[in-house]
Amino acid sequence: MELSPDTIVYWQWGLVKINATLLFTWISGAILVLGSWLVTRRLRVRAEVGKGQAFLEMVVTLIRDQIRDATREEADAYLPLVGTLFLFIVFSTFLAVIPGVRNPAGSLSTTGALALCVFVAVPAYGIASKGLGGYLKHYVSPTPFMLPFHVIGEVSRTVALAIRLFGNIMSGRLIVAILLSIVPFVFPAIMEAFGLLIGFIQAYVFAILALVYIASGTRTVRDEREERTAEEADEDRSPDSSS
Amino acid sequence: MESTELVAVVSIFIAGLAIAIGSIGPALGEGRALARAMDAIAQQPDASNTVTRTLFVGMAMIESTAIYCLVVALILIFANPFWSHFLQAGG
Repeated sequence: MELSPDTIVYWQWGLVKINATLLFTWISGAILVLGSWLVTRRLRVRAEVGKGQAFLEMVVTLIRDQIRDATREEADAYLPLVGTLFLFIVFSTFLAVIPGVRNPAGSLSTTGALALCVFVAVPAYGIASKGLGGYLKHYVSPTPFMLPFHVIGEVSRTVALAIRLFGNIMSGRLIVAILLSIVPFVFPAIMEAFGLLIGFIQAYVFAILALVYIASGTRTVRDEREERTAEEADEDRSPDSSS
Repeated sequence: MESTELVAVVSIFIAGLAIAIGSIGPALGEGRALARAMDAIAQQPDASNTVTRTLFVGMAMIESTAIYCLVVALILIFANPFWSHFLQAGG
């Protein structure tokens, strides 16, 4: 029994291999890109909006609202990265329902690559919004003694991000494989549907955690203090509005 | 071949132990988190969206400790690195 789709090799030439992980990453990426290209090729307004455009607009609006709720900022800066991460994981999970198709997120290489994207994006967004000095200052924020803990925290949360997604997707697949040898009737299908739910939730969690990490890197201490006072003002106001 | 048997026995035993002990903490933690989230939703149904979202993210982070144990257990059973090492050394 193979744990990851890395071991299924379709084509090999010397050191260059094309395994199931690579192939299905490309396929789901290509379908996502082609689908959105076909839809966004001719965008309409008003009553002429087509079905595909309406669907894509719904998805984008949903993700943008979620980002706005989670960060309480404008979503436009985070939408491309976080939305892509979410859509890729969800789409490859849904694609894996087709027999013979493996979920690329069931391999530690894919999830590691996605987590590395987040690892690189955190300083990139931080430097873009606060400048190099402003970003580096948060590493020594309370005292310089906290520097190693900040660094360890950044590395370990990246590893945790990768292993969480990999463990959830891989264990779902493995449970189905084990159940097939014990009760090969109906029950594995239910677990497969359960795996879809898990894949969706994990994609959501991955995207939200990436968003939280990136947003925490772009925020300054003054922003947080202002937000806290704004929240307190909201709380003072809320009893009147609710009653 | 004796070392292979020893590796097999210890691996299977430790895999069971890892998942058994490793699931206690996250189970307790998730139960507490869910109970508090239920309380919060009952008191403030307006905030249920925020509470549910935070609950999902928090649950996933709590659960990840159990997932680490599961990954270790599965590696010990299905992809044991020491096993292949001893098989190569033995024959």
